[in-house]
Amino acid sequence: MGKRTPLYDMHISQGAKMVDFGGWDMPINYGSQIKEHNIVRSDAGMFDVSHMTVVDLTGDKVRDFLRYLLANNVDRLKNEGKALYSCMLNEKGGVIDDLIVYYVKDTFFRMVVNSSTREKDLAWINKQAESFAVTVTVRDDLTMIAVQGPNAREKAHLALGADTAAQIKNTAVFFIKFVNDSNMGEIAVARTGYTGEDGYEIMLPKEHASTFWAKLAEQEVVPCGLGARDTLRLEAGMNLYGSDMDETITPLEAALTWTVAWEPADRNFIGRAALEQQREQGVATKLVGLVLEDKGVLRNHQKIFIDGLEGGEITSGSFSPTVGKAIAFARVTSNIANTCKVEIRGKQLAAVVVKPPFARNGKSCI
Amino acid sequence: MSEIPQDLRYTKTHEWIMKNDEGTLTVGITDHAQGLLGDLVFIEAPEEGTTFQEGDDSAVVESVKAASDVYAPVDGEVTASNEALEDTPEIINNDPFGDGWIYKIKPEDSGAFDALMDAEAYKELIESADE
Repeated sequence: MGKRTPLYDMHISQGAKMVDFGGWDMPINYGSQIKEHNIVRSDAGMFDVSHMTVVDLTGDKVRDFLRYLLANNVDRLKNEGKALYSCMLNEKGGVIDDLIVYYVKDTFFRMVVNSSTREKDLAWINKQAESFAVTVTVRDDLTMIAVQGPNAREKAHLALGADTAAQIKNTAVFFIKFVNDSNMGEIAVARTGYTGEDGYEIMLPKEHASTFWAKLAEQEVVPCGLGARDTLRLEAGMNLYGSDMDETITPLEAALTWTVAWEPADRNFIGRAALEQQREQGVATKLVGLVLEDKGVLRNHQKIFIDGLEGGEITSGSFSPTVGKAIAFARVTSNIANTCKVEIRGKQLAAVVVKPPFARNGKSCI
Repeated sequence: MSEIPQDLRYTKTHEWIMKNDEGTLTVGITDHAQGLLGDLVFIEAPEEGTTFQEGDDSAVVESVKAASDVYAPVDGEVTASNEALEDTPEIINNDPFGDGWIYKIKPEDSGAFDALMDAEAYKELIESADE
């Protein structure tokens, strides 16, 4: 038996098909992954993402600590509540994890890191935090529910009730708001997500998880599994840690150069020297988006051929319900032009190279 | 519990086989199999005239989750392929034992059908796998 989130019984009662996901029993779908995917693009869906790790960082030097820990620069966060996506690198520039950090106030930042990387992340963060006297608190007392889709916020407001809704409804994109909810106590509502749609990620005390999930269901927010979450994030052009990058891959090789804050040049962050060297020398491989022209489905680890020579592999591949074709990220040699071939069961099928996202805000970008 | 029609025969790899009047057999995947795979998005069905030995990869069904081979249940030659699956693979999810058939095969041995697993045995097979 795997670890269970506070919503486990709820998932079972809603007919979820459960799978092992990094040691957690998680819903892969509740019947149809494609229906769940489409509902998030057209209306509102909810995801149990309580397996992810919420880490609170507090102390007088927490900003200095994050300036050193992360490849992106928390000094880009000027307003309280603003969020930043960043990689956390090792000395070689390899990605230990990708994460979102929320600037709550000058002595308090909240980070959400992946579940599969939890132990190594915490070990690394704690080790680096020592010299900054930053307190690292893992918030296992919280559950996280993502409500995503064009109608997600409106429905979440109804589920949360008028008082809380009034406090969060003006939250801007990529901001978090802490609220004292009359039913649930302190909750945090972030206008972030992993689907390419508007919506919230809501962190709330565990003991209220089932009640709140049921309230969302009353507003006809549809439960969605990790299957739909994966196709949604792929369409939205968002990387998956462990598939699209890991500790042997730098952000420059993972289409994440935009998340590296080179300026100011005197900001010393872990991995900087390695990244600068790589930037100067150029990268041998890069991550690109592919759309399969022929019929078939792109899958992880299928081989890519460029001008007849093997030149990489697919890191995340699937059928895209929104585009109606197979799409993928592939790590390929830097000489790739506009097209390539993908080997599927011994046949070489034609694919075009595109710049993700493949779909966002309900529409195909292809 | 998934549906298991009594009049069909089955394989342990979750194909179903129906005997047709003209001596051919129709092959598809079971309700249980489509349920495990989830939403199907691509089917590669064999061309007419292709010959198979029992156990050969005869077709591929791909869902959003995974690709899965469909194995030939008997030795024989393909006489028809379900062309509707090319544009609407989800028929298999909606009607696995009817419109979701994949191909028809003329068995080399006309007695091959009777040697296949019956509904009762298949039911036991999937029940034991669920435990």
